[in-house]
Amino acid sequence: MSLWVDKYRPKSLSLLDYHKDQANQLKNLVKQGDFPHLLVYGPSGAGKKTRVTCLLRELYGPGVEKLRMESVPITTPSGKKLDIKTISSNYHIEVNPSDAGIYDRCVVMELVKNSAQTHQLDPTGQRDFKVVVLTEVDSLSVDAQHALRRTMEKYVSTCRLILISNSTSRVIPAIRSRCLGVRVAAPTQDQIISILQMACKKEGLSLPLDLAKKIVDKSERNLRLALLMCESCKVQETPLKEKQEPILPQWQVFLKDTARSIMHEQSPKQLMEVRGRLYELLSHNIPIQIIFKGLLKELVSNCDMKLKAVVVEEAAFFEHRVHQGSKGIFHLEAFVAKFMCIYKKFMEDSVIDMF
Amino acid sequence: MQSFLKTGKLGSGSGAGPSGDKQSGKGQKRGNRPTPWVEKYRPKTVDDVVEQGDVVEVLRQCLSGADLPNLLLYGPPGTGKTSTILAAARQLFGDMYRDRILELNASDERGIQIIRDKVKSFAQLSASGIRPDGKPCPAFKIVILDEADSMTHAAQAALRRTMEKQTRTTRFCLVCNYVSRIIQPLTSRCTKFRFKPLGEVKIIERLQFISSQENVNIEQDALQSLIAAAGGDLRRAITCLQSCARLKGKDDTSAITPDDVVEVMGVIPSRWIDGLMSVSEEFDYYKVTEYLDQFIMEGYSAGQLLEQLHLKIVMCDTISDKHKATICEKLAVCAYRLQEGASEYLQMADLCCTLMLCLRQ
Ligand SMILES: Nc1ncnc2c1ncn2[C@@H]1O[C@H](COP(=O)(O)OP(=O)(O)OP(=O)(O)O)[C@@H](O)[C@H]1O
Ligand SMILES: [Mg+2]
Repeated sequence: MSLWVDKYRPKSLSLLDYHKDQANQLKNLVKQGDFPHLLVYGPSGAGKKTRVTCLLRELYGPGVEKLRMESVPITTPSGKKLDIKTISSNYHIEVNPSDAGIYDRCVVMELVKNSAQTHQLDPTGQRDFKVVVLTEVDSLSVDAQHALRRTMEKYVSTCRLILISNSTSRVIPAIRSRCLGVRVAAPTQDQIISILQMACKKEGLSLPLDLAKKIVDKSERNLRLALLMCESCKVQETPLKEKQEPILPQWQVFLKDTARSIMHEQSPKQLMEVRGRLYELLSHNIPIQIIFKGLLKELVSNCDMKLKAVVVEEAAFFEHRVHQGSKGIFHLEAFVAKFMCIYKKFMEDSVIDMF
Repeated sequence: MQSFLKTGKLGSGSGAGPSGDKQSGKGQKRGNRPTPWVEKYRPKTVDDVVEQGDVVEVLRQCLSGADLPNLLLYGPPGTGKTSTILAAARQLFGDMYRDRILELNASDERGIQIIRDKVKSFAQLSASGIRPDGKPCPAFKIVILDEADSMTHAAQAALRRTMEKQTRTTRFCLVCNYVSRIIQPLTSRCTKFRFKPLGEVKIIERLQFISSQENVNIEQDALQSLIAAAGGDLRRAITCLQSCARLKGKDDTSAITPDDVVEVMGVIPSRWIDGLMSVSEEFDYYKVTEYLDQFIMEGYSAGQLLEQLHLKIVMCDTISDKHKATICEKLAVCAYRLQEGASEYLQMADLCCTLMLCLRQ
């Protein structure tokens, strides 16, 4: 049995539930074969991947849904051997180059260039080109992006790239200039509610509006999260009740508690304790930006505006450092220590002010 | 996957494959592959190159028999660097193009070893001054190092010797975006040409030419906002023009409007920028973060926001110079951090705090 997120994933552009105008435009776009490379960007859970899958189907028909998962061996210039997971059909191949870590440039050089150079497998198909889908382009190194540049131009008649990323901030101008940007905004709250209701209807359930609203509030316009929460509500109690409280993913609760314990006491002992919790979060693969953001949201709640500004500045400073070093926990801890320091001073000062 | 890769290199016969879904009546002509307009309208000769007069002049002289210096072409994306040198090479060598040109770009391995071996062995072969068809052509070969700014300094240093030794048979042409990334000993061996962002008039001319070729109908305002957003990058302008035309669909013959252009170019509608300023003035942290969350949910890019906000701040006459400086400094820091992959939310929150403190009075 598949999860609702997969079960109710629309399969074609005309079935997409929101941003219908855009879906229509994309349909127009692929009618003629001369469209440029695409750069699809938007927040996570907004449905970028679904849209791309639909686009591929529009291009090649149901044949693209026959997927193979393979791992392809790649040799780096220094002689190291790597295996890269790919998902492909006869018409397209999908890779996440950041799987290869610092060797992402080799993936681009070997895999992408090779597939661009070879030509379409299926001579009876209606398209002369195939598609290479690269995910998580945000984390592609600058070197790897450079390696894409000329490949994108040289083989454009036989291969189109679809790049998927959360934001275009990190994509170098030379790549942006080679692509058509497709912005996928997160669905609005109303759109999510109607999608949830539709899914429930198909499951033979009725979803009380109040509960739907609660779910949407907690999901922060992330459709994937909303569907998962809705499904877990079903598991918790069927039929669905108005009074039910949607459960947040466990790590979110854990993160909130961590922030509270930082506010509660500022001491080396407490820092040790927090450290354990941070490790716990990281070992569950929670992205470090999310931890920073989650902590910050709670931590500023008791500060005045001036202090808020200082705390935000520190968070921005330390989070940036994460990307320069290789060990995120250091900077996360440093931030917590810094916060404890500032906050304690602030509290002491305000006690003095009272007298 | 393996079968996906092993279908023969380009140009070889057709690979046999399982027949997929065939939609009759939609077939396209083989051999006439549809290419995006940027490639379709890539200059074929140096005379087609728009603007960039100096280089074109040097290359034109070379075409009529003069010697060619080593070249270093640099400038922002989409200004015609690669196109110019490739067009010149084609014109110079015609059919012998493959023997006389070695093109290495960032997608090729370009370590020290490759520079030493591949470039050297290519450069050592002598070149005659006559084409097979009897026409004269320059008696040298050209090594084009495209995207040279992504070469390591060690590899660039290795190039130094090779360049000096092979002056008799080979010319080098380095192409890059940032000339500061090329080591000084190399730049001093080349004649430098800066490719300027293309002027508005030239871009308009080119776009109008393409529009008439492709039967595109575009409003004058739309053309203006397209050019403003492209900022001298002709490739981006052409891509945008084509995308606007294609997104509309074949049957829709209405003209392209400025709104279409704004969306395709990824420009943030000005109400979002104004909104950010006014919500910052209200001096309420939660309202600001709420606004930021909404902004991120819409999928707009923080990098673009910084650019547009920068313009707005600099032009604004209700902010004191001192505050402008403070804000711009923060803008610069945030832009740098974003480039390195820092979280958009945190950087924008940091920026907004500065805005709030500066705008309150
Ligand atoms: N000066 C120009 N004259 C005519 N067309 C141009 C000019 N500049 C750019 N173009 C158009 O833009 C496209 C890209 O140009 P080109 O590949 O030469 O850019 P580039 O300078 O090499 O950019 P990059 O730094 O990203 O490699 C060309 O195919 C052409 O359609
Ligand atoms: Mg180029």
